[in-house]
Amino acid sequence: MAWDRNQMAARAAKELQDGWYVNLGIGIPTLVANYIPEGVEVTLQSENGMLGIGPFPYEGAEDPDLINAGKQTVTDLPQTAYFDSSESFAMIRGGKIAMAILGAMEVAENGDLANWMFPGKLVKGMGGAMDLVAGVGRVVVVMDHANKAGESKVLKRCTLPLTGQKVVDRIITNLGVMDVVEGGLRIVELAEGVSDEELRASTEATIVA
Amino acid sequence: MKKVYSSAAAALDGVLKDGMLIAAGGFGLCGIPELLIKAIHEAGTKDLTIASNNCGVDDFGLGILLSSRQIRKMMSSYVGENAEFMRQYLSGELELEFNPQGTLAERMRAGGAGIPGFYTRTGVGTVIAEGKEHKDFDGETCILERGIVADLAIVKGWKADESGNVVFRKTARNFNVPAAKCGRICVCEVEEIVPTGSLDPDHIHLPGIYVHRLIQGEHEKRIEQRTTRKEA
Repeated sequence: MAWDRNQMAARAAKELQDGWYVNLGIGIPTLVANYIPEGVEVTLQSENGMLGIGPFPYEGAEDPDLINAGKQTVTDLPQTAYFDSSESFAMIRGGKIAMAILGAMEVAENGDLANWMFPGKLVKGMGGAMDLVAGVGRVVVVMDHANKAGESKVLKRCTLPLTGQKVVDRIITNLGVMDVVEGGLRIVELAEGVSDEELRASTEATIVA
Repeated sequence: MKKVYSSAAAALDGVLKDGMLIAAGGFGLCGIPELLIKAIHEAGTKDLTIASNNCGVDDFGLGILLSSRQIRKMMSSYVGENAEFMRQYLSGELELEFNPQGTLAERMRAGGAGIPGFYTRTGVGTVIAEGKEHKDFDGETCILERGIVADLAIVKGWKADESGNVVFRKTARNFNVPAAKCGRICVCEVEEIVPTGSLDPDHIHLPGIYVHRLIQGEHEKRIEQRTTRKEA
């Protein structure tokens, strides 16, 4: 047993605090918007130039001029503001965004993050991820604990080209929650039905007591 | 001086040159200067370097200039979801300079604002930082990034007046503002050109000083990821 995509997103949503401006990455992080706890008001930033992302539109109401950073059609909210890309990254680089929740290909025990390319195979590009991890207050990674080959994505050292050096604060996977601390990772929480031994055995990174 | 031209081809007449650097607005397929891109395709201008966050899709937007091999080099942050882009890059046919998205936007903004370079924490410790000057500020290591001044900027707005003041709509503003600012010449396509004086001067997103040539036209405005929710 472990968390599924939605349970991981729901767990990540507990990281949000009232009044925060937050950037959600593509994939599982996008689902976090569905689980924002009651009484917590957060404003979602989309790096293509929007604060206050609303839900997906009803069929027939899609607007090609209104998309999120994943290029999906979205809607606006009463508090929405639009701006250009340089303004968008000024607020990211300037530390105005409290938290970014991002996906990852690999995370290392020192907080290094890799999420933009597999050399020679798959090139996606870093998009806004390098700016986000360098600029926002707190970086939370949400990802599967292992890759498709069953190997740990939580490593001693990243093997893929980095998105940022020593930037990750917390890692949420299908197996549990870990914090980047001095000397390695500290287990914060285990996913439902996952034992401490199981998490340790599935993790290449150093886990400190 | 008249800024309004009759067509994209007319607006680009005498401006296009092989080997030039073009800054293009748009994010994904949202807010892309689709008419000007088509006109560049038809003009056959080649060996282009294009600074643009993405490169369209295979048959639309900047993707059509990739298929026709008119682009020599891209300066972009994201190329996923574009098979031809990835194929040309991995086979070495296309030069690609990856830029973090915010760095790309700021390089354009800075270039247009007369700022030749700026320091940023973005990319420190990654391949992006290789070969760039490093400098510490208040205990934080930063890298030097250069402003971009493009030979030509191609952008897309919603409405413009005949003086070149432009208003954008929703998230279609994106890279259009910084791209416009960094062009030695900026050609802007809009959905509607209105008489000078009919836009509220307090609501102008891009002042006419940045816009040299204007066209009005019909836009396809293709949606890349149509995503909806069910009726409650």
